[in-house]
Amino acid sequence: MKIKNYTIMLLILVTLFSSCFKDLNTIPLDEDEVTSANLFNNLGDYQQFLAKLYAGLVITGQEGPAGLPDINVADEGFSSYLRQYWVHQEVPTDEVVVAWTDPGLPQYNFQQWTTSSDFAEMMYYRIFYQITLCNEFIRNSSDEKLAEKEISDTDIAVIKIYRYEARLLRALSYWHALDLFGNVPFVTDQDELGAFLPQQINRADLFTFIEAELLDIENGLIDPHQNDYGRMDKASAWMILAKLYLNASVYINQDKNTECITYCNKIIDAGYTLDSRYQNLFWLGNETNPEIIFAIPNDGVNSKTYGGTTFIVSAAIGGSMNDISPSVYGIGGGWGGHRATPQFVNLFDDPTGLTDHRAMFYTNGQTFEIDDYAQFTNGYAIDKFRNSWISEDGNDTLRGADQTFVDTDFPLFRLGDVYLMYAEATLRGGAGGDLTTALGYVNDLRQRAYNDNAGNISSSQLTLDFILDERGRELYWEAQRRTDLIRFNKLTGSTYLWAWKGGVQEGTSTDEKYNLFPIPASEINANPNLLQNTGY
Amino acid sequence: MRTKFLQFLNLLLIFFITTSSIHAQRTISGQVIDAQGLVIPGVTVIEKGTSNAVITNVAGKYSLTVTTNPVTLVFSMMGLRTEEVEITGNTFDLTMYADDQDLGDVVVIGYGQVKKQDATGAISTLGSDDFIQGAVTSPQDLLTGKIAGVSITSNGGAPGSGAVIRIRGGSSLSASNDPLFVIDGIPIENDGVAGMRNPLNVINPDDIESFTVLKDASATAIYGSRASNGVIIITTKKASQGSPLKISYTLNTSISTLPTTLDVLSADEYRTLVLDKFGEESIQANLLGTSNTNWQNEIYQSPINQEHNLSLSGSIKSLPYRVSLAYTDQQGILKTDELNRISGAVMLTPSVLDNHLKLTINARGINVQNHFADGGAVGAAVRFDPTQPVNVDVQTYGGYYAWLSGGGTPITIATKNPVALLNQRENNSNVNRVLGSVLMDYKLHFFPDLHFNVNAAYDYSVSSGTNVVPDNAAFDWDPSGVTSGYSSNYDQEKRNELIETYLNYSKNISSISSKIEFMGGYSWQHFYMKEANFSTNYIGDADTTSNNNATEYYLVSLFGRMNYTLLDRFVLTLTLRDDGTSRFAPESRWGLFPSAAFAWKINEESFLKNSDIISDLKLRIGYGVTGQQNIGQGNYPYLARYTYSYANAAYPFGGAYYNTLRPEAYNYGLKWEETTTYNVALDYGLFKNRIVGSIDFYKRVTNDLLNVISVPAGTNFNNTILSNIGSLENKGLEFSVNFRPIVKKDIFWEFGFNIAYNQNEITKLTVVEDSAYIGVETGGISGGIGNTVQMHSVGYPASTFYLMQQIYDTDGNPIEGAYVDRNEDGVVDEQDRYLSETPTANYLIGFNTNFNYKNFDLRLSGRASIGNFVYDNISSVNGLYIDIYNSAGYMNNVTNAIYQPGFTDYQLKSDYYMKDASFLKVDNISLGYTIKKLFTDKLSARIGANVQNAFVYTKYNGLDPEIFGGIDNNMYPRPRIYSLSINIQF
Repeated sequence: MKIKNYTIMLLILVTLFSSCFKDLNTIPLDEDEVTSANLFNNLGDYQQFLAKLYAGLVITGQEGPAGLPDINVADEGFSSYLRQYWVHQEVPTDEVVVAWTDPGLPQYNFQQWTTSSDFAEMMYYRIFYQITLCNEFIRNSSDEKLAEKEISDTDIAVIKIYRYEARLLRALSYWHALDLFGNVPFVTDQDELGAFLPQQINRADLFTFIEAELLDIENGLIDPHQNDYGRMDKASAWMILAKLYLNASVYINQDKNTECITYCNKIIDAGYTLDSRYQNLFWLGNETNPEIIFAIPNDGVNSKTYGGTTFIVSAAIGGSMNDISPSVYGIGGGWGGHRATPQFVNLFDDPTGLTDHRAMFYTNGQTFEIDDYAQFTNGYAIDKFRNSWISEDGNDTLRGADQTFVDTDFPLFRLGDVYLMYAEATLRGGAGGDLTTALGYVNDLRQRAYNDNAGNISSSQLTLDFILDERGRELYWEAQRRTDLIRFNKLTGSTYLWAWKGGVQEGTSTDEKYNLFPIPASEINANPNLLQNTGY
Repeated sequence: MRTKFLQFLNLLLIFFITTSSIHAQRTISGQVIDAQGLVIPGVTVIEKGTSNAVITNVAGKYSLTVTTNPVTLVFSMMGLRTEEVEITGNTFDLTMYADDQDLGDVVVIGYGQVKKQDATGAISTLGSDDFIQGAVTSPQDLLTGKIAGVSITSNGGAPGSGAVIRIRGGSSLSASNDPLFVIDGIPIENDGVAGMRNPLNVINPDDIESFTVLKDASATAIYGSRASNGVIIITTKKASQGSPLKISYTLNTSISTLPTTLDVLSADEYRTLVLDKFGEESIQANLLGTSNTNWQNEIYQSPINQEHNLSLSGSIKSLPYRVSLAYTDQQGILKTDELNRISGAVMLTPSVLDNHLKLTINARGINVQNHFADGGAVGAAVRFDPTQPVNVDVQTYGGYYAWLSGGGTPITIATKNPVALLNQRENNSNVNRVLGSVLMDYKLHFFPDLHFNVNAAYDYSVSSGTNVVPDNAAFDWDPSGVTSGYSSNYDQEKRNELIETYLNYSKNISSISSKIEFMGGYSWQHFYMKEANFSTNYIGDADTTSNNNATEYYLVSLFGRMNYTLLDRFVLTLTLRDDGTSRFAPESRWGLFPSAAFAWKINEESFLKNSDIISDLKLRIGYGVTGQQNIGQGNYPYLARYTYSYANAAYPFGGAYYNTLRPEAYNYGLKWEETTTYNVALDYGLFKNRIVGSIDFYKRVTNDLLNVISVPAGTNFNNTILSNIGSLENKGLEFSVNFRPIVKKDIFWEFGFNIAYNQNEITKLTVVEDSAYIGVETGGISGGIGNTVQMHSVGYPASTFYLMQQIYDTDGNPIEGAYVDRNEDGVVDEQDRYLSETPTANYLIGFNTNFNYKNFDLRLSGRASIGNFVYDNISSVNGLYIDIYNSAGYMNNVTNAIYQPGFTDYQLKSDYYMKDASFLKVDNISLGYTIKKLFTDKLSARIGANVQNAFVYTKYNGLDPEIFGGIDNNMYPRPRIYSLSINIQF
């Protein structure tokens, strides 16, 4: 009797236990929160994940403008890829003086940054966040993975193109890593996620990897002009290749000017044309610009961020610019941060913009010299980027939908840059180009700038030094300057001084270690496989 | 009077020991009453030296026929002090007093109860007699200052607000440090309920019979993964078998007052300052108004509040019941703040099947309606220009004065009108919560040594709330005119279920002088929460954000305990709990939490048995491991998850916007924080337990402490991740004493004192030791963006202040901007910050006294906290010249910090603002008078007067030195409450 009772009780208990133990295997109940197990069974999931890869170039998280950040930094607004890329390419150069004194920011202006710089951290981790996202996409869209799913062949064909674009985006970020940080950890889709310590790759091997990747995916990408706006095509791959080759002397100590010309020609042959009006490239409505190869889309309603062009436009506005009607710049108020050094202004023979229309300086209430870098009114302001558009006759105007968040897209790759790369690579002795064509391309840009041929140059004026200055005039504030100055050996050292370089008003020589940013101290601590860049 | 429940046990006990030996010589009769003059049924009256006994009846009366002469009667009852009286006459009435320190007490522990004298762990109890009196709205207030090592810091003075409860310091940095609450055997979730200021408010304080606080791991480990921060067991009042109908009604009327206001400049002082500083013709002078407004007076009030408690208890045949109903209407001292609460409880405690099956059926329900005042008014009242009026004739912004720009529109960054903040925001909530439980204790018919217990509980709440600001409110005005005003609503549903079964076996083996007890069981808990919220502008046409969420987790556990008592002197307790949580990966979700404890009742040894001095002496040694699974990372931290973006963080493909899909960073190996506790203690009782108390030494080591660390780039979807990396230690000493100098029939005096010392130290935070790693910045302050003043650093207590060392001039005044170059690198910058004091006290002291004389009773209780520092954030942002005028076109008032130290610019990181906030507080003084017979024998009453938060002594200049976390920034002031109460019983 007793034993029987015990047995029954025991049986009841055992059944109760085992069923309840299974309760511990929970999955999220919230439909907005999904696990990888129930994802990627249809094209839509891949599409939305690819959208994240692209959004990673500008947006900082899952809630606009801030709230659910991608990476963990002191202020989410700072962590936008484009914002940090812009800061890294512009702030250490002659094109920008920053008024803000956020910890570590004046040091960027002065080329005095250290391994514990928050800014280096934000750029570095943003680049590797992007690479990790791309790796995850590539892993989840492998042929083996796709074969397991019940997805139609037409959809699979689309997903395969997405996968090429994910590899292209990864190549873009690795190129940025190569250019900014040099020797970095190397992680691909072949590595599983989780607790492991990636190995460091040297610059030459990384160069080879990026080049091979781009060449491998070139044919899989969609032809120029054929893809959705906001997605990259073949021309973007060519663009990265052209830039890789143009800077090969810096990256791998070899000249690859011939290869650069090859890819410049491919882009030029793809049918891009210069916009007749320079301003149209940086003002509202530039998404339809015939010159732009790839622009990072910004939208003040659907893609809110404190990075991207919101940052570029707002940071440039201060002083008496705030008194101008918001309809002019399309924003309610500026952040009062960025101006140009006098040395940069002097690249223009006439900074008024009346002759060379690219000289878009705002001088009302601004001094030419910069006695106090922390005062916005010291130095000429620049109003090149706007959240608005005004026709040449001033009769038609457009304004962004939001007065805080900018709608204007950021032209990352454009034909004007290709023309100048073609000219430079040809001047540097690359085969496949000719100087007459090069002169023609340069004068095309100058004719647009001057509205006539008053600014045209002769073949004798077409020198490498002229190209650097012309790149400054044509491409300033487009996140090109640091790479250009390094290629001409003018970023660090004493061959070219500008206001506040080295932390003094007249400018002073800086250490050549600043041609590369340091790997952040937190990363060196986290990954013992990594060696710090020389000099840090 | 102690508990009906214990009376009931007593009844049972006496039922077994009573024999029927009658050698009639004489009969003694009388009545037993308690300190309040109320009769006590169920008291055991034994003729000493015999087994001849009887129990008092429902009228507290007894009649015992005795055989010895002179006779000594022993009156005893659990929860009351045993009295031995030699009796010569034939009648004898006795007043018995409560005795919570009585080592003969039974204390409730996890899954059972134990005689206090057999307890092996660090356990403190507090009965209703010792509760704080007065207008007590939240249960934790009853405990304040009463138990050594238990610190209770209320979250400010809002009605029904919660409190931060810490038992022996915190065991974690980022996970929850809250203790586990167990109500009548049911562990409850103490995560917040939307719209409720304090989840503990589900319990009406008047229903509480006692608290038991389990402090060390040997006592708490039976609760495993939720016990790292101690366990507080609440036992509610119950009726006993056969008890007569008893009705009790209490009315408490109180007035809450603001003890003191912050010293800011008056309108005239402010005018003088502005004119002196900026000149008569300045922009600033032009902005001055002509009013004289004391903004703090405008926002505070002294409301009169009421609380009604009604309870009925008794027994219908063999069904003991207790029913209670309470209503509280409490307004805050901040205008418009209000709490309305109706709560009801039913407790049934039948015994059936020849007392083999005991049931405890409990249901309590609560309805809470809150109107939340905008707490921003507290800070705004300090800052708002006193020369401006509250109201203006122009109705554009609701008739409230607001700072306007030249164009006549509100300056959005300007200080908000505090009165408008209070009056123009309608923030209401309505919460219904039900807590039901059934406890079944079945003594097996065929094997009475074995008890089979089943507990089932259901905790359900539904909350909803709205928060509306009209679009004419200047403080929520949108320059583009699109999103002015605000309107939001939220709904939340929570459902927690519990089933526990356990077996209890107990056997006396007299052949080897041993008693052995086994308990083993199983527990299943499910926590479910669903919430929805929606917000938009006032008229409802702006960008809306809405959110719908549901989430859940499960806890499944196996647990067991063995108690072995040898020779009634040596007690060994072993417990083991195996806890599973759905929050961790299968490989790490199970945690094994053992404990062992040993007690030696030294007073039972022959060399002490007859001591006149030492009446009780017990040595306790305990060890145990507990865990923490409430790590604040949601319910799925180990899963590879993806989240969709909001529509405002989308990306366009060809003009169509796609919400993006993001993989979330995750740590598959995330697991519990584990705390190991060692405890050595001595319980003592001197002079027939006139003096009782304990001394405890403990050390708690938390390993696998969660900290956010950098991950190698490229290996996860973030740059940092939460990992089980660190360690921290708490070491401490607790001493308590309870002394009863006078115990007479008409006069009784008792004095209690406790002191606790705790030392907290972080011992590890990173995987590899890294000298460059200072720690985790914490302690965010207002002023600037993202400024912090504290640091979790290895070798220091958690949240140690991390500031720059101020330099003072020869007169001892701080020199603005002058700091010591602590790292001697020639540059004074943030690198020169140093680790100094902590916001937590080294010493916490509690004291209380009870004095009864005839029908009067007087009580006082208080606390002292020594060594706690506060960062005076109010002075650091409200006393600066630079802050008086803002170029956007508005002015701010300043505190008297404008005169001393009189800084011009922000010096947020100066240690000048770090102040010693040690304090002494008298929390409670009460005086009562009991009328034993009101009109009839049956009716009795007590009238009481009470002051809460009566007195504070501190050197700290701010409003209140008691601030959890140590950053003083416009806390809702704690009111001083004067109350009158009347209690009627029949």
